[in-house]
Amino acid sequence: MKVTLAHGGGGKAMKDFVDDVFVRAFAEGGPLDALEDQARIALEPLLARGDRLAFTTDSFVVDPLFFPGGDIGKLAVCGTINDLAVGGAVPLYLSCAAIIEEGTPIDLVRRVARSIAETAREAGVRVVTGDTKVVGRGACDKLFLTTTGVGVIPRGVELSIRAARPGDAVLVSGVLGDHGAAILAARGDLRLEGRLESDCAALHDLVATLLVAAPGTRTLRDPTRGGVATVLNEIAEAADVSILIDDTAIPLRREVVGFCEVLGLEPLYLANEGKLVAVVPAAESAAALAAMRAHPLGRDAAIIGEVRAEHPGRVTMRTFTGGTRIVDMLVGEQLPRIC
Amino acid sequence: MKYLDDFRDPEKARRLVGAIEATFASIGRATGAPVKIMEVCGGHTHAIFRYGIEEILPAGLELVHGPGCPVCVLPRGRIDDCLAIAARPGVIFTTFGDAMRVPGSSKSLLGAKADGADVRMVYSPMDALALARESPERDVVFFAIGFETTMPSTALAILAADAEGIENFSVFCNHVTIVPTIKAMLDSPDLRLDGFLGPGHVAMVVGARPFQFVSTDYHRPLVIAGFEPLDVLQSLKMVLEQIKEERHVVENQYARAAPDAGNAEAIRAIAAVFELRPYFEWRGLGSIDHSGVRLRRAFARFDAEERFAVKHATIADPLSCQCGEVLKGVIKPRQCKVFGTACTPEVPLGALMVSSEGACAAYYRYSARGRASR
Repeated sequence: MKVTLAHGGGGKAMKDFVDDVFVRAFAEGGPLDALEDQARIALEPLLARGDRLAFTTDSFVVDPLFFPGGDIGKLAVCGTINDLAVGGAVPLYLSCAAIIEEGTPIDLVRRVARSIAETAREAGVRVVTGDTKVVGRGACDKLFLTTTGVGVIPRGVELSIRAARPGDAVLVSGVLGDHGAAILAARGDLRLEGRLESDCAALHDLVATLLVAAPGTRTLRDPTRGGVATVLNEIAEAADVSILIDDTAIPLRREVVGFCEVLGLEPLYLANEGKLVAVVPAAESAAALAAMRAHPLGRDAAIIGEVRAEHPGRVTMRTFTGGTRIVDMLVGEQLPRIC
Repeated sequence: MKYLDDFRDPEKARRLVGAIEATFASIGRATGAPVKIMEVCGGHTHAIFRYGIEEILPAGLELVHGPGCPVCVLPRGRIDDCLAIAARPGVIFTTFGDAMRVPGSSKSLLGAKADGADVRMVYSPMDALALARESPERDVVFFAIGFETTMPSTALAILAADAEGIENFSVFCNHVTIVPTIKAMLDSPDLRLDGFLGPGHVAMVVGARPFQFVSTDYHRPLVIAGFEPLDVLQSLKMVLEQIKEERHVVENQYARAAPDAGNAEAIRAIAAVFELRPYFEWRGLGSIDHSGVRLRRAFARFDAEERFAVKHATIADPLSCQCGEVLKGVIKPRQCKVFGTACTPEVPLGALMVSSEGACAAYYRYSARGRASR
């Protein structure tokens, strides 16, 4: 069975489809069951958790929809949770909107819906509202998702991209570039083989653990598109500092290094979907590292560099030869070198 | 991967840098003029910048970044030819990723893709041929660029298409050959080079012999070099030792991958499919005799130039562009009038700013010295 325009037409076919695929997957006896036009969330329990709402949205158009280590549904839940988490927020509620291309197998949509529900359940967040649209063949690529998330920031948590100070340590929570490499490898046109898996994961628990161990943490970011290099440049720019990283300290999986060597890519620019970049005061860096490493999502965490004052806005890398070079923002997409 | 670690050992790097310093000091240039060594290949340029190698070399030892980035030397007119082919109904235009961003006179292939042309990135001409097999109703064109490194795979794709009788596959051939290009550089009156790092990847195909003329005719040392940072350092040390001992021979640091005799099968495939063009135009360097190849007439039906009556548009580089002088090592990238101002990686004016192997893009992106002049 395939999705047809009738499934988005507003009539009985649509109601049956939405009930069958989405409502069934998300229903847990909570707000969605009411099937009102909006989710209704009581304020009082939120106030008990903190003093600010965090609110974010993200769209997901990944190709292929299923890849080693995840799928578009898991990605859509984790991605939005992580955008909340790096603000220090406890993620609570999600919306999920799907745009489906006519002709997409219903089973495929069902698998994605189950993945969304399962990932949300594991992360302790609820999908409370949603929307479905069907568009004609060619108007989108199989399935696009948009998730919006709401969370609460506990009193006293003040993370900011502008907070990095000279002397601070820069940490990453594990090996870099896994998601970007896995997606590139999973696209058929590369015809490469290897054991590459996306690192797609929800990071709020790791963030909570880190903030207990290193309450002075200045900045958190999840280095998705553009990778760690881009995030470090954004931090250097926003905080008016420079960042010096050490080539040999960067944790990388051997498969990813090999993959990048073959294609002429730079792992620092590859997307991650389950990693944190943290800027932490030097005095708390050891505690932060230990806390990350004790968490299942931070086992390979490492201190990769430090914040400095000179040449604000610049990110530099010391390479194993003893030379240094600038780590710039990427211009457009990474294009493989030919030789 | 043990292999990679061996080539990225900090201790070995320190020892090599020490040896380079000692050898360089003992050369004792009376005039105080710098020792200039050209790395011909863009792969070396990339490694030199990526690992900050220039910065750890002794003052007075200069690296000149040569013409060996195939994307950088593509003239604008050739990109316009590509755009014209890609705009034809039914064409799937396939290219290496690097070439997507090179500006033509109005736009790049990336721009043409956004405007609706079917431009696709491939990793090998065999992928383009596979696409032709899968899409018999479409005309699949492969944009063939590169030195001898990439020539064999283009040749093998054409031989396969010929053997299978595939009709909807053609190649827009812009392959260039290295020897006439190095000769042209050595003959240039404004150039003064003391030695060369030879292109390891090209040597994997053609072997060491074609480079002998550098030693016999021009009395300069040439060391065929690998692409790991330690390869580059060791090869520099070998060139300096030759200069110190007043020798000038062809040595092969990359023998683990590039046998002196080259790859006979690849050489045969190249000879079967390609013939020299009388001349070929290079961005920044002008026309160089016998520096390009085209398909032999026996394979004319796979020649996109024939199939699409390609015009060979000639478009002059912008006057302010000094890519040619940078390519010849006459000036450093940051000495170019438009470096970092009118010409940046976001909006490249000259080709050297386009590819990560281009000297200007590498300077701009990786080098604090390049950055200081912004």
